[in-house]
Amino acid sequence: MAFREYKVGARLFGVALGGSMLITLYMPTVDMTSVAVTETGLVKQLSYGRIGGFSYEDPLLRGEGKPKTVTLTKDPATNADMETVQAFVYEPGIPFPSGINHPRTLGPGATELSLDKGRISEADHNAGAVFVVRRGSHQGETLHYIENATATRGWKYDQVLNAGGDANTSYVGSGKIMFVREGCWWCHTLLPEQTQDWQYFGIPPRLGDFNGESPTAFGSDRKAPDLLHVGSRNSSKEWMMMHFFNPRLVQPHSIMPRYDYLWGDKDADGKAIDYDGWRSAYNDYAAGKTLTPPDVPSYQSNSEIRYLMDFILSLK
Amino acid sequence: MLKYLFKRNEDIPPGTSAVFFGFSSIMWFVIGTGLGSFNAAKLAFPDFVMGSELFSFGHMRQVHVFAVIFGWISMAFAMAMMYITPALGNTKLWSEKLGVWNCFLWNFGLSLGLTLLWFGIGSGREYSDFPWVIDLYVAGFIFLPLALNVWMTIVTRRTQGIYTTNWFFGASVFMVTIVFIVGNSPEWFNLTGLSEAYMTWWFAHNVLGLWITPVAAAIAYYTVPKVTGNPLYSHRIGHLHFWSVVVFYSTPAAHHLMSAPLPEWLKSFASVEGVLILVPAIAFVSNLLLTMTGKWHMFVENVEIKFTITGVMLAIPLNMQGGFQQTRAINWYVHGTGWIVAHAHLALLGFSTFLEGAAVYYGLQTLLRRKLYSLALANFHFWFLLIGFAIYWISMTIAGLIQGAGKIYEVPYIDVVIAEHPYMIARWIGGTMVFTGNVVWLYNMYMTAKAGTEIPEGRLPHELAYER
Repeated sequence: MAFREYKVGARLFGVALGGSMLITLYMPTVDMTSVAVTETGLVKQLSYGRIGGFSYEDPLLRGEGKPKTVTLTKDPATNADMETVQAFVYEPGIPFPSGINHPRTLGPGATELSLDKGRISEADHNAGAVFVVRRGSHQGETLHYIENATATRGWKYDQVLNAGGDANTSYVGSGKIMFVREGCWWCHTLLPEQTQDWQYFGIPPRLGDFNGESPTAFGSDRKAPDLLHVGSRNSSKEWMMMHFFNPRLVQPHSIMPRYDYLWGDKDADGKAIDYDGWRSAYNDYAAGKTLTPPDVPSYQSNSEIRYLMDFILSLK
Repeated sequence: MLKYLFKRNEDIPPGTSAVFFGFSSIMWFVIGTGLGSFNAAKLAFPDFVMGSELFSFGHMRQVHVFAVIFGWISMAFAMAMMYITPALGNTKLWSEKLGVWNCFLWNFGLSLGLTLLWFGIGSGREYSDFPWVIDLYVAGFIFLPLALNVWMTIVTRRTQGIYTTNWFFGASVFMVTIVFIVGNSPEWFNLTGLSEAYMTWWFAHNVLGLWITPVAAAIAYYTVPKVTGNPLYSHRIGHLHFWSVVVFYSTPAAHHLMSAPLPEWLKSFASVEGVLILVPAIAFVSNLLLTMTGKWHMFVENVEIKFTITGVMLAIPLNMQGGFQQTRAINWYVHGTGWIVAHAHLALLGFSTFLEGAAVYYGLQTLLRRKLYSLALANFHFWFLLIGFAIYWISMTIAGLIQGAGKIYEVPYIDVVIAEHPYMIARWIGGTMVFTGNVVWLYNMYMTAKAGTEIPEGRLPHELAYER
């Protein structure tokens, strides 16, 4: 160091950078983590699982290691009728989301309720667990919290899966992986803006909606409709099927790519899907040679398109 | 390159690592812009190459972004550091061998990371998409060796003072390593929630503001005085530029999330700091343009000056746009539209590319001691780059303004898609022109290495006449 100014400068640099990181990293995080999670946030993290991107349990982003969302109308343990409840089933070995592993991230109030009334600390991911979202009150405030239904009601994961059956099971977590991997978020945002477009796309998310979710997948620059509340606007599986197989079937001017490859090799009846045949039949339709377009094949219950559709339709 | 990996450091000729970085960066520029052209074709013509998961837009999009940022821009930066830092210290690079290994491992790691992204294996966070395993590799084998080499070269310099360029090089290479490690820590520690989204954008912003912007500017601080022969206009303004970048550019990360439910105090703080970015911007532009006094004829005659001064001038709309588009008053309109894409390309393809392009042109000629093979091809490259970029920028700005209008007028979304279609085609044409220019550049530099006129010791490339 030749000039003493360099020593002074180096120290000032450290102060400047350190100060900047204090103000822009530490302070905001303290501020943001002081908010309790909302019901939406709980439903999201319980249905998505631990991580929605590259992870130990799913390094190739195939939708593995994710929970299942089951809609129940009967109590799976006693078989009695009950009000409709969404249960989040974690089979043995599936990692729990952030709210279970680190209850602090649920925020003030929700953390205490989940631990005391919800008994989430008793959940063991090697044995599997079932969670539900409940409403309670803590120090006069109404809050939502996570209840470990395996501990409080004796619901076992296999009981719940059997009670629901495939028709009532949604692979929302695996679907989010499809959404991230296929890059839907490069065009479709998941963030109606606070300033306008919430009248068109629905209410903007609130701070507590994100606790425990990773990644947040807001989306990049918007080149397609926002999808945060798409399930409330359009819950038609048939429309979604056609839109994914070839967007120009239902929206002729769409620039969305085709996601037909997510159907896999076979359709729901086990027959091989003839993609080339479909495409030439579609080209004939688009050229005006036939009156109706070819039918979109129905998908298998364990296909990637099923996962993706379950995720999209869960965005209410 | 392989033979230099295992030689002793003393046996590796000075400038070797810079030349390897230079050619690597040009190759990644060709690959990156080729990918960009491919992606733009898909937006303009959605059934272009359909039915394949690997070649779908969602998979290819981020491969383009990472190839140009970590392939072209960052490697051109590394090349500049490898030859400018020692030159300014009147010494040799601390370790050519480390530089050659850095280049080799960089190429290898980037290829690996891009392949993973191509298969859709990413973290789902924009700009920090690399899975954390690759992030560790990048921090440990790409940025850390570069930082070490640059720092040790500055510390073992034979001059007393440190010139402006080296302040920026030293500071930026240190900052980018910290930013990379801290910015990817949410992935390593599985941070969740809005804090994680915010840190993702803190990372993205600081890569742009503490790595890409300052190093590109620093390169101009070397190129213009060196090639024109004029001294830098003002050392004091250089001071102002440096300190205002550190203070004002590291803080406004929240301006990427003005429409998200971040705390309002954070957004206001970010906005104010963001407008203040105009301070280093004006300092830089004025300092460099005033350094050209008496030598403006070189802007027409000399390739490196043409590139550098174009880049400096593009910094004017860039920072005017950037400073004001991140205030709430304007951001509500342009957020998430093509305007932002246009702005991003103005920064990376306009400002940054033109500045380090000049350094690569100048550096390869000086280090190989060969004059540029063809001035005509260099001019072709310049004009195709500039016109292609301009078409891209103008078309995406217009498309963005249309998308913004779509937000307020609540038209059916498909009407916005239909309206922006012609601009998507224009953007594809602009981007393809850039790609074409780059292919020509690769050929020109390859021929320069093979058959360029030899430059005698002690002469600068532009002092020699062209033989052709």
